[in-house]
Parts: sequence; structure tokens; C-alpha cells
Amino acid sequence: MALSGIQIYKMLPQTNCKDCGFPTCLAFAMKLAAKQVELSSCPHVAEDAKAQLSEASEPPVRLVSLKANGHEVKAGNEVVMFRHEKTFYNKPGLFLRVKDSQPAGEIQAAIAEADGYCVNYVGRDLTLDGFAVEAVSGDAAVFAAAIAAVRQASHRPLILISTDPAMIAAGLRAVDGENPLIYGANTGNWQAMADLAKQHHASLAVIAESLDELADLTEKVKEAGVKDIVLDPAARNLSRSLALNTQIRRLALKKNFRPLGYPLISFPGEGGDPAQESVMAVHAITKYAGFIVLDHFAAETAYPLLVLRENIYTDPQKPIQVQPDVYEINTPGPDDPVLVTTNFSITYFSVANEIEGSGIPAWLVVTDAEGMSVLTAWAAGKFDAERIAKTIKSFNIADKVNRKRIVIPGHVAVLSGELEEELPDWEIRVGPREAIDLPSFIKQVL
Amino acid sequence: MAVEIPKDSWAGSVRVVTLGATPADGGTRSHTIMIGGQNTLPFMHFEKPTPHRPVIAVEIKDRRPEDWSGLLLDIWGDAANDPAAWAKQAEVAGADMLVLALTLTAADGNPTTPSMAVEAVKAVLAASKLPLIVLGPGQADADNELLVPVAEATKGERLALGLCEDKNYRTIVAAAMANDHCVVARTPMDVNLAKQLNILIHDMGLPLDRIVMDPTTGALGYGIEYGYSVMERLRLAALQGDAMTQLPMMVTPGFEAWKTKESKFGQDVPGTWGNWEERAINWETLTAMTLVESGADVVVLRHPESVRRVHQAITDLMTVPETV
Ligand code: B12
Ligand code: SF4
Repeated sequence: MALSGIQIYKMLPQTNCKDCGFPTCLAFAMKLAAKQVELSSCPHVAEDAKAQLSEASEPPVRLVSLKANGHEVKAGNEVVMFRHEKTFYNKPGLFLRVKDSQPAGEIQAAIAEADGYCVNYVGRDLTLDGFAVEAVSGDAAVFAAAIAAVRQASHRPLILISTDPAMIAAGLRAVDGENPLIYGANTGNWQAMADLAKQHHASLAVIAESLDELADLTEKVKEAGVKDIVLDPAARNLSRSLALNTQIRRLALKKNFRPLGYPLISFPGEGGDPAQESVMAVHAITKYAGFIVLDHFAAETAYPLLVLRENIYTDPQKPIQVQPDVYEINTPGPDDPVLVTTNFSITYFSVANEIEGSGIPAWLVVTDAEGMSVLTAWAAGKFDAERIAKTIKSFNIADKVNRKRIVIPGHVAVLSGELEEELPDWEIRVGPREAIDLPSFIKQVL
Repeated sequence: MAVEIPKDSWAGSVRVVTLGATPADGGTRSHTIMIGGQNTLPFMHFEKPTPHRPVIAVEIKDRRPEDWSGLLLDIWGDAANDPAAWAKQAEVAGADMLVLALTLTAADGNPTTPSMAVEAVKAVLAASKLPLIVLGPGQADADNELLVPVAEATKGERLALGLCEDKNYRTIVAAAMANDHCVVARTPMDVNLAKQLNILIHDMGLPLDRIVMDPTTGALGYGIEYGYSVMERLRLAALQGDAMTQLPMMVTPGFEAWKTKESKFGQDVPGTWGNWEERAINWETLTAMTLVESGADVVVLRHPESVRRVHQAITDLMTVPETV
């Protein structure tokens, strides 16, 4: 739990020596509580106070990051149970699992397809984050070869799956210099797994059926020198997983319970049915998973899951938006139409993508509607005749086109009268309601 | 190490709303459906039992909805031409209850008449014994004109009528009151607006246990995060004891998801969107499941495969784990 400024002050030397750059210890304590300075700026803190303070200043859910070849996947550092309380920060990493029993060619093809997958959503390129390789062959050389096959097709971070330390050792040798996740440690193998994790700077997932056991294990593994731990409470159905994930998140945030203050890993595909896998994955995304290992890859499931992850992890205080501006789509000239929309990203991209796809050149004027959709902005008074007129004038649209004519979204047809008054020498046309109908509207009506 | 499980204990609980009436209660339904009653966040079985499972309502129309995605029209086939046949098919597909959404105009382009609406509702009630929600076309005048005679003609069936909105709720509420029905109250994604409308409806004299609220949602990719968070906040407020939020929630993921380009179109879309049908079903299913996680008591769906998947998932969520 975060300490208050006063609680921190009590642990400082209280000499007001100013070596930290602040006039008093209290001033420094306040800054420290607000996480605006580092404890190390005060050279005089006693050792035991230092230990207490740095313990308290650690985030309730530890940040764990997997790295490989310039790619990084981060999980943890979350501070709330519900996104509306602040925001969810680190999107759960999506991984695809392959098994070393598959032929190398098949592994490579599967990985190459998933690795190259990139879908655009509101101007963002969304991809999977990495791959999980599971040793089922029982043969260390086969496992290493499978990892090599994966590495031929992808540079993204890896999760190495086996409970046999000999397998994991072989796997780690195959990805020397990376920071993968080892999955994982259980009551039987934790000592050897912890040694391997430490030696190779890998993170370590611990697996246990009960929270009691899970907490015992993380404490042992931590004692053995591993800091970057990931939890698998081994729930493979929805209700059990919801209960355990919620309990773990609550213990970390509300009770500052260190032994379970780590990110979670989920395996939604373990049931084997790809249709239920995506349903389980929804649940992992909304309810607290830090890493998600899928067993199936298809564009039609990856796309909605990636979008859901974007949606749940947006800042609830700040809609995703684009810069108000005049966007030139398909290099428009002076005879091409002028279209007006708002600066909510989803709105802008639904319009821009339609026009771009149709090949029709157009000027797309984006007004500052404080990041709201057409109707929301209209209802909130952020997309009215006055604002639209001001935008048209401030971007000097009249200088760019021969014909003074603008098209407004069909949903705000009611604005056309007022707009005619605001822009007397412009022709106001009401476009279709949905962006999808814009190209044919432009071709047939304009 | 013995880990003490942190359990929330809440002062408030969600009201139970009963939809549909059996012959014993003056209706003709084969059974009633109870929704709500929770006194924990969704599916926290380790705190308190979840009294009633979230239900799936399948949306059907009084006449073939030509503007629906071709995938939906294909899968329902000829049933989509006839509300009674459609109702039966929806029941086969696993619907817990039905939503009949009336269309603004009849096939000939003229406005749907009250007698046509009543006829469609009666046909559905005769064809399927599931509890029923009837929604107007969504325009104030038409809603009032169609829903009042529907309410009268089905007195005692304990339908839910909607959608009541801030500018248009009085007539619908009065009709529900006079004929022993419930209402669905819709507000645009805002906790205070939802409360306010519940107060207005309650002030007219309709008991709170006959109101279901629809806080509105967006589809996946089109504003679902707003709907998701408003529902979480409404449910938290209800558990904290705010009486005017203690109503079960209904949302329409089917309507929202099938409006999106991702579900509607199979051509001229990016290749990275993948197979059309599976993508569309995922769009609806994922939208619905996200809302079930945030506290939906009724999800209104359109595709039979989405119904199957969501039903299975709700069953999983309702299973009480043995050891936690
Ligand atoms: C998400 C949402 C919100 C979010 C905001 C999201 C955002 N950043 O804008 C929140 C929850 C904050 C919100 C708030 C409000 N909302 Co709101 N909201 C919605 C919702 C669910 C989806 C909006 C959306 O994102 N649509 C997707 C985008 C892409 O649509 P779009 O911008 O219209 O763009 C499409 C077309 O217009 C067209 N298009 C766009 N530009 C152009 C340009 C041209 C030239 C052409 C031809 C076409 C075109 O193409 C796009 C794709 O087809 C809708 C209901 C619904 N399901 O549609 C209600 C809705 C828009 N909201 C509504 C209202 C009333 C409000 C509030 C006033 C109420 C309140 N809650 O207090 C507030 C206002 C905001 C404020 N005071 O701060 C009403 C508006 C009613 C009306 N008809 O006036 C709606 C319709 C809900 C309803 N049924 O009552 N809302
Ligand atoms: S350096 Fe340390 S002891 Fe000196 S004023 Fe700052 S906080 Fe106080």
C-alpha cells in the first residue's frame, strides 16, 4: 500500500539538510509520496527505513517484461480493479502456442502467418506479441530444434513451456541473450526452475491450484533470487478463473499482499474448442490477465480480440482522437468534394477508410469536437453550426477548392439550416448517415 | 501460507424482476424468467450465490428485415418472413426469451398499423411460450401508437415494453401499468441519466420490480468500453445501496454488433479481417460476453451460433467452483 507523505516523513532523518534539493524533509517526503522523486535523492536514509520505503514504493502488481530482439511485452503495474477508477495500463500480451511435436515446417508456417499478422484499427497497427513453445516430445534436442524453427519465423518474445528443468535448460540455451518467460515452476521443480530463471535473466511462471500454495511458491522462488514472477492459479474454466483472478488482484491492490503481487497468465484455448477459446480470452482481457496464451490463430478471431484489448485498455478520461485538420484523401484537387466530420478516432477512420478504399479524392475537414462521435458531439454541443463554420474558415478551405460546397454527416441533417446562416456563400449538402454509403453518394449525387 | 480471501460485503442488492406470466398468474407463458437479485459483483460465487443467471433474448422482427446482414437473413431463412415461425426457430436455437422488434413501416411502405403490430405479437405468443419483450420501432409517435394496443391486447402476459426514453416514456409506462406489464428504460450511457429515468418512471406509479434498465452499449470497436464501464458503475452503485440503480440491466449487443461494417460486409473489407461469418459471430459474441462480465442480466442477440456460444459461457460462469 502506498505510504502517505507524513508516514514517509517519519522515516526520514528529519534534519532538513537540503541535500536532496528540497528545503525540508517534509517537502521531500511529499514529493516521494507523489512518486515525483526517487528515494535515492536523499543520501541520509537509514538502511532499515530504506528497505521499508522501497518495499512500500514498489507497485502492488510487479511489472514483468519479456524481451527479445528489440521487442518487449510488459504486464503488471496495474493500480485499479475497474477501468473507470483510473485506467488499465499494460495490455495483456497475446501469445500463440506451438508444440515441439509438430514438424518444423508446420511450426514455421504457423508462426510466420501469426507473426506477420497486422491489422489496422483506428490508425493503430495491432499485432500479436509473441509465441509460446511447449515441450511435449520429452526430448531436449527436439525442443531446441522447435525453438530454432520458431526463431526462423519470428523475433518476438517467447514463453517456454515445460515442467521439466532439463527441457527448459535446453530451451534457454536456444534463446541465449533474450528474456523469455519460463512456464513453469510447481511444488516439485521450483528450485531448479528458479536457478535457471536467475541464470538466464528469465521471468518465471509459478503454477499452483490454490492461492495458499501459489503464495508459498512465489515466496520460495523470490527467496531463491527470482524477482520477475508470473502467476498461474491453474483455473481452466470461466467461473473459477474469474474468482481466482479477482481474488489475486484484490489481494495485491487492497491488501498489498506481496506474495501475489504479480501479473497473471491465462490459457483460454486449453479446452480445445476454438469458439470457446475466444470467449475465454474475452474474460482474460477484461478480468486481469497479463499474458494470454492462445492455441488457435485465425484473422477472424485475432482481430476482434485485439480490438477488445484496445478498447478495455483505453484511458476512460480521454477518448482516442485525431488532430483537427484538413486531411487530403487520395490527393484531392480544387474540384473535389469537401466533407466534414469530428475528431473522434473511430469516426474519423470510419470515414477516411471508406473514402480511401473507394479511390475517390476528397478533402476531409476534421473539426475539434473534443474527441466525440458525430451524434455524441452534437448532443453535447461540440459539433454545431458555429464550430463547423469556424473550422471551415480557420483552415481556409475556400482557398483550396473552386466550388464552395460542404457535405455534412446525415445524422446531423438538422444542422443544415443554421450552417447556411453561418456560411452564407457556401452550399450545404446533407450526406448519408453511414460512412459506408459515402462513395456511392459522392459518385451519384455530387 | 494461509491466504485470507478478501470478500466484499455489500449493503445493497439488485431487485428481482419477473418476466412473463404463466396461466396461474393470468398469462399464457410456459414459465417465467427471473432476472436480477445479485448482491455481489457478477459471478462472485465465493461471496454469495448468484440467484439468477443472465438470460439470452433472441431478437426477431414482425417482418423480414431487409436491412439486416445477409448472414442473418441466410441463417434464419424463410423463418424471417414470418414472426411466428421465427419465434419457434429462435426457441430451437436456445433462446431463453424473445424480443419482438416492430418495424416502422409495413412491406408496402406505409406505416405499420396498430392492428398489424397486435397481430404479430399475438402470433409470436401463440407460436412460442417463452416470455417476450416487445420493442417499438424507436420513434416516439410510432412507439406510442403501436405499443399501447399491444399492451392492451396482451394484458396479464407480463411482457416488457420498450424502449422508454426520457422524452418518451409516459405513454408506454401508463400502458404497462394498466395491463400488468414491465418496461425497459433506455438512457445513453450515463449513470445519472439512468437513475433519473428510473425515478421518473417510478414516480408515475410503476413499481421498481417492473423496470429493466438498458444503459445502452456500443459494439466492440465502436464504443463498447463506455457501455462496459457505465454498467460496472451502475452495478457498483446498486450494491452500495443506491436504490434507483438497483434494477437488472438489459443490453442489445446483437443490434450494435450487426450494425458494424465488420459484421455486415463480406466484401471490400481488409483481408486481415478474416472469414466473414466467423468474424461476424465473434463480433456479436465478444460484445455480448464483455457485457455479461460487466453485469448484463439480459443480452439481446441475433445469430443462433452466438446464442450457442454465449449460452455455454454463461453456464460456465454460473458453475460454482468447488474450491474457491
Ligand atoms: C459511445 C457513445 C458515447 C460516449 C462517447 C464516445 C465518444 N468519444 O464520442 C459517451 C458515453 C461519453 C457518450 C456521452 C453522451 N452521449 Co453518447 N453515445 C455513444 C454511442 C453508444 C456510440 C457513438 C459512437 O461512437 N458511434 C460510432 C461512430 C463511428 O459513429 P459516428 O461518429 O456517428 O460516425 C458514423 C456516421 O455518422 C458517419 N459519418 C461520420 N462522419 C461523417 C461525415 C460525413 C460527411 C458523412 C456523410 C458521414 C459521416 O460515419 C460513421 C460510420 O458510419 C451512441 C449510440 C450508438 N450506439 O450509436 C450514443 C449517442 C450518440 N449518445 C447520445 C447522447 C445523448 C449522449 C450524451 C448527451 C448523454 C449523456 N450520456 O450525458 C453524452 C454527451 C457527451 C458529453 N456530455 O460529454 C445519443 C445522441 C442522441 C441524439 N440522437 O442526439 C446517442 C445516439 C445514444 C442514444 N440513442 O440516445 N456517448
Ligand atoms: S536530503 Fe534527506 S535528510 Fe536532507 S533534507 Fe532531504 S530528505 Fe531530509
